[in-house]
Amino acid sequence: MSSLQLDAEALYGDLLAGVRGLLRPQTVLVGIWSGGAWLAERLQRDLQLEGEFGVISSALHRDDFGSRGMTAGADHTRLPFEIEGRHIVLIDDVLFTGRTTRAVVNELFDFGRPASVILAVLVDRGGRELPIHPAYAAARITLPAAQRLSLVRDDAGRFSFDIRERTA
Amino acid sequence: MNFRNNPQLNKHGELIHLLSIEGLPRALIHQILDTAGTFLSVNDREVKKVPLLRGKSVFNLFFENSTRTRTTFEIAAKRLSADVINLDIARSSAAKGESLLDTIANLSAMHADMFVVRHSQSGAPYLIAQHCAPHVHVVNAGDGRHAHPTQGLLDMYTIRHYKKDFTNLTVAIVGDIVHSRVARSDIHALTTLGVPEVRAVGPKTLVPGDLREMGVRVCHDMAEGIRGADVIIMLRLQNERMSGAMLPSAGEFFKNYGLTQEKLALAKPDAIVMHPGPINRGVEIDSRVADGAQSVILPQVTFGIAVRMAVMSTIAGNSA
Repeated sequence: MSSLQLDAEALYGDLLAGVRGLLRPQTVLVGIWSGGAWLAERLQRDLQLEGEFGVISSALHRDDFGSRGMTAGADHTRLPFEIEGRHIVLIDDVLFTGRTTRAVVNELFDFGRPASVILAVLVDRGGRELPIHPAYAAARITLPAAQRLSLVRDDAGRFSFDIRERTA
Repeated sequence: MNFRNNPQLNKHGELIHLLSIEGLPRALIHQILDTAGTFLSVNDREVKKVPLLRGKSVFNLFFENSTRTRTTFEIAAKRLSADVINLDIARSSAAKGESLLDTIANLSAMHADMFVVRHSQSGAPYLIAQHCAPHVHVVNAGDGRHAHPTQGLLDMYTIRHYKKDFTNLTVAIVGDIVHSRVARSDIHALTTLGVPEVRAVGPKTLVPGDLREMGVRVCHDMAEGIRGADVIIMLRLQNERMSGAMLPSAGEFFKNYGLTQEKLALAKPDAIVMHPGPINRGVEIDSRVADGAQSVILPQVTFGIAVRMAVMSTIAGNSA
């Protein structure tokens, strides 16, 4: 499945239109570290939204901490605005089991009580293990569980996909 | 690298106990400091607690007195959602004659997941790490004159916070170095992180010449020792560890090696002053320096909680 016929740049265009349709007053974008944070950064610019976007990390709420260990490092959560009463659009590159989404929703609520939280993703690859559903997905595909799909950003800021077999 | 010779690391080179900074790779130290940065920001949240150690029991075993270290370990463990049990061992089982390993076996039967150990005997935490169950983790909170690795790491976090880069620094450690496990941990950490000049400053009775073998410049003259320094780490004069007449008097020590504003002026203008606490005002440090603009003694305490959270979450997430 070489590059999987997934054109990340074309899908980004769809995501841009999809997220535009989700905006309402008091909406802020929060990108899930790391691929989602890249997307949120570009969406913030292309949608000409005022203020700053947020970045959120799943590291402190992961359910696989016991087996994978501590993963926090560079991926600090950075929410430069009040969460209370805001409409949050979480942005991620790839939605799979839903466990990362669950972890970042818990992380988000450590900062306050948002009015609502929805999720927009570039690719929904199926395989959900939790009752989580995106408000918008630019593509829906099916991949074998053993394959890992992730977004890559080059020096010029252009997106592509990396697909590889899981090592563990 | 063969990690099997280092009891702190598993076969993948991951940290499973923290016993000493000696032998820790530079990348691992930076990783702990990065993780501490994440935890420092937890203080800014509405919920100042994360669930990483939920359901785990952390036993604070202090065979020797401590207030600050025990308290910051307790706060760190609680912010990670662990259950914390403080045992004042000196007044309980050890006083009744129970051996160290019997104490550990009994506490393990109470389903301990982590021991935070302070002991007057160097090597006690190693002994515990070698004999506890594979899922149990050990943190050395100070053993004899040997090591105080979390203090060393929080000192490194403090230096990195204010100075950003280690590779162009001059760091002076001043005072009672011979009795100081903090000094030993700091020296190992500083040299591992690439600090080009580490100075040990103090009288001959308290600053042994063999420190040179650790890559340290030994200075018995205070002015020479702190001139041009970026970082000054003052150590507490440890009266309780002194046997015999190693010093003429505390007053004499202050005159020669106490940090005053006049002596501090010899260091770089942006030098920071650190101290592991508790400070003895007028013995090793003047109040105007301890409370002055260049003092980072209280930020050290705050950083210490984040660093201990980083250490405990890192080792708890790795298996033997």
